[in-house]
Amino acid sequence: MTLSLVRVDDRLIHGQVVVGWGHALGAKHLVLVDDEVSTNEWERDIHRVGVPPDMTIEFLSVEHAARRVPEWQVSASRTIVVLGEITAAVRLCELAPQVKRLNLGGVHQAPGRRQRLPYVFMTDTEAGALAALAARGVDITAQDVPTARAVPLKELA
Amino acid sequence: MSDELQGIVVSHAQLAEAMVAAVGEITGQRDALVPVSNEGCSRALLTGRLSEAIGARPAVVFVDLPGGSCLQAALAYLRSHRDVAVVAGVNLAMLVDFVYHRDLTPTGAAQRAGEVGGRAVRVVE
Repeated sequence: MTLSLVRVDDRLIHGQVVVGWGHALGAKHLVLVDDEVSTNEWERDIHRVGVPPDMTIEFLSVEHAARRVPEWQVSASRTIVVLGEITAAVRLCELAPQVKRLNLGGVHQAPGRRQRLPYVFMTDTEAGALAALAARGVDITAQDVPTARAVPLKELA
Repeated sequence: MSDELQGIVVSHAQLAEAMVAAVGEITGQRDALVPVSNEGCSRALLTGRLSEAIGARPAVVFVDLPGGSCLQAALAYLRSHRDVAVVAGVNLAMLVDFVYHRDLTPTGAAQRAGEVGGRAVRVVE
């Protein structure tokens, strides 16, 4: 399987993803899944700036990404999928049940959210949506960088 | 309020704070640069921190890496504000030079910083 990582990170394309996880996984392809960014040329441009020359990136809506998941799973190139919002990640997992693992890498402070880890803040609604996803068999952990411990979702209550 | 150019250093972790402290140690000038860390920030939060640091004065925003969340926040701010320029790949040499050339425009100071910072990177054998 070469869909190496499906990650929720509201910083989207940044050092931890490109350098930390990219090197650790040997990933050469990034997919930024965000309905707004996928239709905004300026947003796409500022994310392209952070992509090293030996990596490629594409920008997709959640629905389009869900259709492409089977392709990434058999691709020769290792792929990292990044989403900015928990709701988008839940939608992706619902539309693409082949996604069996979800990484929470950076979900920061926003109104209504409560701190669960230094880099994970969630509302109770978001936590509930992830718990429902986990109950359907998706392995959900929080882990900002590859060298950190993967914290199971149940520890983020 | 002074319209003298200010420098905002945006970085991962505590790098900006350390660089600003180092510039103060070297030059004795401690009011030219403001550090901003991306620690614990989404892009929206970091853009807010940046906006607060800049205030209403013209500024050059120095970013640690030529990509990633710090640069993205700076570019997001730049998109809707004049009198701001962005330099990615900050080093100490360009910051030390900057504090003595705050009479330039933001664009002029940014171009100078790029030249000074680039010249400061040398391989010594």
